[in-house]
Amino acid sequence: MADENNPNGKNGKVGLVERVTAGVKDHIQAIKVDIPAKAKEQIEGLKDPTKTQVYTSIFRHKHDDTPRNRALGVLSNVFLHLHPAKINRDSVRYSYTWGMGGITFFLFIILTYTGVLLMFYYHPSKVQAFRDVLYLEHDVPFGKILRNMHRWAAHLMVIGVWLHMFRVFLTGSYKKPREFNWNIGVLLLVFTLLLSFTGYLLPDDQLGFWAVTVGTNMARATPLLGHEGPFGSMLGMTPYNDVRFGLLGGSIVDANALLRSYIWHCIGIPIVASILMIVHFWRVRKDGGISGPAPVMLEAEADKPRRGPKAAGE
Amino acid sequence: MDWRQLWEICSAPDNVPIVGLIPLLAFYIYLAWRQAHANDQLIEQLEGDAALAKTHHRKTWPFKPGWQKEVHVWPFLLRIEFLAAIIVTIILMVWSITLNAPLEEPANPNLTMNPAKAPWYFLGLQEMLVYFDPWIAGVVMPTMIIIGLMVIPYIDTNPLGSGYYTWKQRKFSIGTFLFGFIILWVAMIIIGTFIRGPGWQWFWPGQTWDHNRLIYEVNRDLPDIFGITSNLAKALFGAIVVGGYYLLGGFIVYSLFRRFMAKDFKRMSLLQFSITQFLLLTMVALPLKMGLRLLWHIKYVWITPWFNV
Repeated sequence: MADENNPNGKNGKVGLVERVTAGVKDHIQAIKVDIPAKAKEQIEGLKDPTKTQVYTSIFRHKHDDTPRNRALGVLSNVFLHLHPAKINRDSVRYSYTWGMGGITFFLFIILTYTGVLLMFYYHPSKVQAFRDVLYLEHDVPFGKILRNMHRWAAHLMVIGVWLHMFRVFLTGSYKKPREFNWNIGVLLLVFTLLLSFTGYLLPDDQLGFWAVTVGTNMARATPLLGHEGPFGSMLGMTPYNDVRFGLLGGSIVDANALLRSYIWHCIGIPIVASILMIVHFWRVRKDGGISGPAPVMLEAEADKPRRGPKAAGE
Repeated sequence: MDWRQLWEICSAPDNVPIVGLIPLLAFYIYLAWRQAHANDQLIEQLEGDAALAKTHHRKTWPFKPGWQKEVHVWPFLLRIEFLAAIIVTIILMVWSITLNAPLEEPANPNLTMNPAKAPWYFLGLQEMLVYFDPWIAGVVMPTMIIIGLMVIPYIDTNPLGSGYYTWKQRKFSIGTFLFGFIILWVAMIIIGTFIRGPGWQWFWPGQTWDHNRLIYEVNRDLPDIFGITSNLAKALFGAIVVGGYYLLGGFIVYSLFRRFMAKDFKRMSLLQFSITQFLLLTMVALPLKMGLRLLWHIKYVWITPWFNV
């Protein structure tokens, strides 16, 4: 088609106008025929979006329901690859795990999310802190539910950690080879409580103020390091240089304590806790996945190695 | 019976988690007990039948030859996690819509809250302040709790009961943990939350919190009862009593272990055993001191110029 209409094919006497006309005609012809054909083909292609370049650049494997793809779905995803591809059929039973570790982590994510939103409306200063909470409760759209969710998720997280620990103890999951991960877990318990405690002061109301006053007054009595503690005064501890002073940034719960609380609550402890969580989850996998439900052991087998040459030989 | 007072305490927003914790704990203890019971029965059956023990899959859940031992995480685990996330979110939403986070008057150092209470999860420690000086209740005991929890895997030498619920194979460790967690931690929190009123005085549930109530209580020190007056004698006497408690208690723990837990005792190194002894006795010292105080009004056992126990 293009060759036939090509004006250059003849004796070269064809004028410029004809050539341009012919060229335009050719393009118009192409718009009428080629473009719709191409568009149709590409729209057809969109009916299967999984074949598009954008899609295949994001998802690295197919999603047909095959065992291989089920495994890849977990392994090739950065968030899901905390999990193994397959687990023991009984490990998914709720009655065994209670799901408390996962729920605790989920609550931590909710707390981070609501916490970041709360930070937009809050100034950690004596002048503004309390007003900011009032403003949040009465003027900020959804401010009240934001604060409520943060508060209750924090309480739930404390309960979640306790129940998780309780389950881990009752199933003996701290035993070999998971001793170290239990220790990380204990530290995470401490940091969960500290996170909650440092957040308590931030509304700068009577409740938080007196709770933190009661809490930090204990630090006065620290042996050796507190000015009221055993041997504290002998070591030169006063209300102005002891461990409580260091915690509060002063001898009373005031502006510095508010700021310190805020920084520990929003930056310091979350970072440390996150690092410990990474180690905790990593070790769950490296120590052989979750502990059970394992086959029961009998008294007579207690002192024999469970697997290995000796057990196999018997 | 002051129902209004009771309702006010139970419905105080920050107390709601503890009110919720009690049925939650009861449910999970039941759930654990039911599985422990089933496992214990299975263990008993297998111990009586050596042939069955060799072929049995050793779980209480059904398993037939030919069944896959493992399942894919996608979707079998992920759907549970997804559901759990949705349920938790719904619970949290409903809770946040129906109950407001507490907000009191602006902080005022000149107006002491009475009672001034720590956050609910620390009320067990605050309750301990009644029985011990702050350096023990607020610093030493929390440190010991953390260290005690951390050494658990290294002092529990019983290889049984790893990865399944059981009671019969781990009576001592589970009993100790239940005592520590339920009695010494949760029950103390419940006392601190629901029982302690103004002036940190004991008010039974339903009793009106009387801010003017005064209790005339004469607390004595143990050395006074024995008529010891000089400071040096008091310090020596206390050291002997406390030291004697650990020595005698240590001996009792030792003989009980040898008698009732011979196998575990044999597995333990001297270091493991002495740490267990010490932590156990320190743990038991709390209810003992509570008893001394509540029943005989004894404040201190050991008095020195630097610290009192």
